[in-house]
Amino acid sequence: MKNPSEEQSSMQEKKGVSRRAFLRGAGLTTAGTVALSAGLLSFKLEDAKAPPAILGPGEAEVRFVVNGQARTIWVEPRTTLAEALREHLSLTGAKVVCDRGSCSACTVWVDGKPVNSCITLAVDVSGREVTTIEGLAQGDELHPVQEAFIEHDASMCGFCTPGMVMSCAALLKRNPNPGLEDVKLATSGNLCRCGTYPKVFEATLAAAKKMKK
Amino acid sequence: MIPAPFDYAAPNTLAEAFALLEQHGDDAKILAGGHSLIPMMKLRFASPAFLVDINNIPGLSYIREEDGYLRIGAMAREADLDHSELIRSRYPIFTDASKLIADPQVRNMGTIGGNIAHGDAANDHPAVMLAMRAEVVISSAEGQRTVPIDEFFYGFYMTAVQQNEILTEIRIPIPPAGTGNAYHKLERKVGDYATAGVAVQITVDGKGFCTYAGIGLTNVNPTPMRAARSEEALLGQKMTEEAIAEAARLAAEDCNPSDDLRGDEEYKRAMVGVLTRRMIHKALERARR
Ligand SMILES: Cc1cc2nc3c(=O)[nH]c(=O)nc-3n(C[C@H](O)[C@H](O)[C@H](O)COP(=O)(O)OP(=O)(O)OC[C@H]3O[C@@H](n4cnc5c(N)ncnc54)[C@H](O)[C@@H]3O)c2cc1C
Ligand code: FES
Ligand code: FES
Repeated sequence: MKNPSEEQSSMQEKKGVSRRAFLRGAGLTTAGTVALSAGLLSFKLEDAKAPPAILGPGEAEVRFVVNGQARTIWVEPRTTLAEALREHLSLTGAKVVCDRGSCSACTVWVDGKPVNSCITLAVDVSGREVTTIEGLAQGDELHPVQEAFIEHDASMCGFCTPGMVMSCAALLKRNPNPGLEDVKLATSGNLCRCGTYPKVFEATLAAAKKMKK
Repeated sequence: MIPAPFDYAAPNTLAEAFALLEQHGDDAKILAGGHSLIPMMKLRFASPAFLVDINNIPGLSYIREEDGYLRIGAMAREADLDHSELIRSRYPIFTDASKLIADPQVRNMGTIGGNIAHGDAANDHPAVMLAMRAEVVISSAEGQRTVPIDEFFYGFYMTAVQQNEILTEIRIPIPPAGTGNAYHKLERKVGDYATAGVAVQITVDGKGFCTYAGIGLTNVNPTPMRAARSEEALLGQKMTEEAIAEAARLAAEDCNPSDDLRGDEEYKRAMVGVLTRRMIHKALERARR
């Protein structure tokens, strides 16, 4: 039996688009390019003594810190962070909506910065710190942004809300005195079909005030 | 959407990365921010059998001026550019561009090297690089070579970077006094690729004559495009309203946009004209500061 990747590439070749030709530009020579300067380079092939571990295509071990806890999961390298969190760690707060980086519903923090977990590989965050919406509250005490979202009614169907909250909380971490424009910018990638934006802005500005007290 | 299966390694040095690229040949692809590559793999536009993740290689995300160049490591993220004091104070064209690239989430991951190496005329950095006449440093186990940006983009997703190579640095000649630059793109919504985008860098001498003109266009040609006739029309000229209008007219005439959901050809040409004029004005304004 062919493995799926072989099947895939032979499928593409049949359609006349081999993956090699498509992305690599293989076979092209570097017309008109210049200045080969081997001497300038400090790295040498021999430096690569202990080669890095090769993972996949089957499941590989990924260790990372999720919401303050060290976690180990076994996933295929093709597993996205969103999938790893949702399917392997039962953290379903981050939503997968567009699954292609366009809507930010899947926003989590990696080392404190908001990223789209649907287009980030789980293996790629190995050894790093991930915070999800589930990790924002301190025990029973909600994060001020979460509280403000409730007070200001900043959620309707709620599907975009975890991503929104992660974006807004990240903003307040970075900038304790945001203006309306800063909140708009911080949430510019978060799509909300229900149109909660004005409430989201209100809530975030209110949370900022509260956090300063 | 799940990518086809692949093997994965995250080398800690460039040498290890080169060895892996050598070993896996055409099957291997480099993973930087992954924000162009992973979506393409999900859509099966790409199905590499091996991913070489270069995120663990230290020392590739610097932004500094050195030896007459602004040097940017390939792994500098959009967010790094956004937050760099050097960029903010001396290279506003990058701030113009990085603000318009996708959204904050994507900018925390996407790298400048990946943005250029992807070879997509819809990406915004290529036009900026054309306007500034950047050079791209490409490294392999054999050494490194420098490719002028005009010789970098070969075609649709094809660049000068060969299978065993890694784009390691972008080098931009530090512009002389009297230089200003600016970038803007028309987008339908935040995070959208450009309907049309124009990058401009202009240098004027003490008498107001143009001594340098660089104009790059986004997403209105199969490859990132230099508006060569527009540049020629400005060089050596006094920067009058007429000269600027002529440069804008030529850019609109010379680009090759196609009809799509973002607009038809005529509209896109018109927008290239408008943006070219506006960006020249903005660059001139900044040159005077
Ligand atoms: C929703 C969304 C919206 C976006 N909007 C915009 C936009 O408006 N404007 C814009 O410019 N971009 C946009 N992007 C693209 C984004 O900026 C990408 O991150 C960028 O194009 C690629 O950078 P990367 O580091 O993610 O590269 P990757 O996805 O990791 O790599 C892209 C390609 O380049 C190759 N590569 C990467 N680094 C190197 C290297 N150092 N040497 C050799 N080859 C390399 C890879 O093998 C791959 O083929 C958007 C992306 C998303 C998901
Ligand atoms: S689900 Fe990840 S950005 Fe939409
Ligand atoms: S509350 Fe429904 S999508 Fe935002």
